[in-house]
Amino acid sequence: MIPQSQVSRREFLKTSANGSVALILGFYLPARGSGQNIPDGQVFRPNAWIRITRDNQVTLLTEIPEMGQGPRTVDTMILADELEADWSTIRVEQAPVIPETYKNLKTGGSGGTGTAWDYMRMVGAQAREMLLTAAAQQWGVDKKDCRAENSTVVHGPSGRRFRYGELVAAASKLPAPKAENTLLKSTAEFRFIGKSMPRVDVPSKVDGSGVFGIDVRVPGMLFSVIARCPHFGGKLQSYDATAAKAVPGVHAVFPIAPLGFLPKVERNINTAGGIAVVADSTWSAMQGRKALKISWDKGPNASETTAAISKQLKEQVAAPPSFVAVNQGDALKALQENVKRVDAFYELPFQAHATMEPMNTTVHVREDGIEVWSPTQIGAGLQEEIALLSGLPAKQVTVHMTLCGGSFGRRYQWDFPAEAWQVAKEMKQPVQLLWTREDDMQHDFYRQYSYHHLSGCLDAQNNIAAWSHRAVSTPIRAVFDSPETLKNPKHVASQELGGADVVPYAVSNFRLDYSPVHSAVPRAWWRSVETSFNAFATECFVDELAYAAGRDPYEFRMNLLREDRKLPWIMWPDDPHPLETRRFRAVLQMAAEKSGWGTPLPAGQGRGIACCCSFRSYIAHVAEVSVEKDGTVHVRRVASAVDCGTAVNPDGVRAMTEGAINYALTPVLSGEITIKDGGVEQGNFDGYQVLRMSDAPDVEVHIVPSDGDPGGMGETGVPPLAPAVANAVFAATGKRLRRLPIDPASLAATPPASS
Amino acid sequence: MANMMITVNEESHRIDVAPDTPLLWVLRDTLGLTGTKYGCGMGLCGACTVHLGGEARRSCQTPVGSIGAKKITTIEGLSHDRSHPVQRAWIAEQVPQCGYCQSGQIMQAAALLARTPRPTREQIDEAMNGNICRCATYQRIRRAVARVAGENA
Repeated sequence: MIPQSQVSRREFLKTSANGSVALILGFYLPARGSGQNIPDGQVFRPNAWIRITRDNQVTLLTEIPEMGQGPRTVDTMILADELEADWSTIRVEQAPVIPETYKNLKTGGSGGTGTAWDYMRMVGAQAREMLLTAAAQQWGVDKKDCRAENSTVVHGPSGRRFRYGELVAAASKLPAPKAENTLLKSTAEFRFIGKSMPRVDVPSKVDGSGVFGIDVRVPGMLFSVIARCPHFGGKLQSYDATAAKAVPGVHAVFPIAPLGFLPKVERNINTAGGIAVVADSTWSAMQGRKALKISWDKGPNASETTAAISKQLKEQVAAPPSFVAVNQGDALKALQENVKRVDAFYELPFQAHATMEPMNTTVHVREDGIEVWSPTQIGAGLQEEIALLSGLPAKQVTVHMTLCGGSFGRRYQWDFPAEAWQVAKEMKQPVQLLWTREDDMQHDFYRQYSYHHLSGCLDAQNNIAAWSHRAVSTPIRAVFDSPETLKNPKHVASQELGGADVVPYAVSNFRLDYSPVHSAVPRAWWRSVETSFNAFATECFVDELAYAAGRDPYEFRMNLLREDRKLPWIMWPDDPHPLETRRFRAVLQMAAEKSGWGTPLPAGQGRGIACCCSFRSYIAHVAEVSVEKDGTVHVRRVASAVDCGTAVNPDGVRAMTEGAINYALTPVLSGEITIKDGGVEQGNFDGYQVLRMSDAPDVEVHIVPSDGDPGGMGETGVPPLAPAVANAVFAATGKRLRRLPIDPASLAATPPASS
Repeated sequence: MANMMITVNEESHRIDVAPDTPLLWVLRDTLGLTGTKYGCGMGLCGACTVHLGGEARRSCQTPVGSIGAKKITTIEGLSHDRSHPVQRAWIAEQVPQCGYCQSGQIMQAAALLARTPRPTREQIDEAMNGNICRCATYQRIRRAVARVAGENA
């Protein structure tokens, strides 16, 4: 698991204990924020997130970037609930990029809801208390006799009422109460939290009015594309721009340098460099690029192929490990001593994010500063980056976070905004850099390529006597970090073993070790990161052990989870949320019940089950598949059960899970990024075939009643989907899938005649 | 470059672009109608779907010079107040997540329902299969189209 982007408890108290800070911060609201023209006394700004005007309009500023995962709605629900705001009067705005005030202008690790839960309830409650105090003072009554509801303060004994708008002037004069003196609501008092509220961004997404990065239009702007070297690590040798410059509408053609490791921030930006074409329309820029004549130096990685990477991974899996993550008991010895031994190898190739909105950013470099509009998931990071690259103080870099057309981890990167800045600084006008679909698919940061050797054995009672997992992958950290940092094998492994480092099932001897394999292909966080491939290996393997034991895979799992145990994460020992077997049992049981587990299916069909805990949420899927004679697999239905703690917006939880199931089906059924000549072979949706509607199963998502801090849901549905399908295919055909995407020929009833 | 007239959302526009310019970029860059999205540039994803003479068309594959007098409708012109039955169904089923592909999905669904007011599930899947959604809201799209079909019953 990647670290959660959460406000630490200490940091939170430091901010909120000093109420005056929040009021002062109100003045930092930039001129572009709405309400700036309202004179004093007309607007109540208890803190940086809430504005209430005399006409009862409640404006809430939410920070977490909206990429489809619904934070604007969830954050609004959390804030409005504690504030007791009238839902119909709420207007939601993206908070401006002022990192000193807004510390959560990014999201990662499915941490958005958990982060908001930590501080947005408090800021909502503080504002509510100020409004209650203001009303009580005006009436000269005891505050205890007043209550807030629906943007109104009511005095119980007399029935007198103030709308929030009427309290603006009085409440503005009050200090914010201290956090430790502010009571948060109890679960029973929630009005929005726990109810399915309509998404606040949906109206703008059915009429075309929502502004994504690609939709940014500023006066005098130009449009650009970049021709990049198709071979990772290659570079520009020579080019001829004569024809490109002759394309009508083309303004400028110039080379831009690749950007690599920045020692100041200990981070590799990883841009390819290339030739920029700037024009007065996107189409002209594309036509200009087409007319360029370029010779590329293929660079040192030109011989890299998928076959070569696969071969290296397979060699490395048998070599001594670089890092032993877990060594509980003596798994290797136990494997020698027990009779029923199972070995399996699993291979999972590169995957692209392929967001529907390709990467883009608009930048205006002016004498007095730089303005950036970007579909980013790291608003503050982007400001820091552009400041660093340009040498300007961060305050002179204005960043606008637009809607993001999907992300799945892709928009955590610094590459595309950096390129946009490189192009714009050569021009006097604002410039939008657009990546074409081909640029996006061939210069992504892909999911790691991984290979796994699982060995296990059963004792006489069919308990798991040993579990050994050797994982090999092209690690993420190697893409970003300094050579010095990468000397530490644990650091290299730090984003490769999540989901494999804790086996929830009772295992007497457990070993997990790791080896990295070098590749020039950029890798980074793909939806659910390493949990996506580790869960495939571990949940398929449990299934293999269940069959070796002659047990039903659901019963086998439940039996090994029967004791209540709390298991700390090995790779993230500081995570305060250990894995709980009790919660695993609950999701497995509900998924099995709802799916009709154990009821008969026609020949050629099968059910498979798998479960996983990631990002503090638990989920189990039962997939139902049918396999045709030629080996084509149809996933007909997925029944899912989830325990995410408090489900703040249950319909949002369902939507995220439906989407995650579908997203995870692409790498199972058809998606694979392959490498040739050190570059990506796929360029568009004809080569990288993503899930379409006809292959989307019926999905039902059931929420296990749960409370406590909300876990993440953006990614949680992904990891157990692939193993659930693979296990279902085994149930249907008796054949194990150990490499994805599925090769139908390997499942054909009669192997097709070789041609 | 060539001077030509096109009718978009009941409004006539005089434009001066090369006739082989895809309608998509005329809408987005020339007319500022950014509701129609770029997704692939090859007619593979459906994000750029508009109506041309009432039929669903991939605007990235439609040279503006080929349009002639045919009327173009984009997401901005489907209704003025999100009141088109497909838009209402999209809201009722809470379809969008990131929302980027939804203009194209809605235009595709509206064209399907105009021609086939009560499509079967197979007809829905077939008509919508060219429209990719990476948030993968497919189940909700199906439900939303079926909801309109139910209203048409």
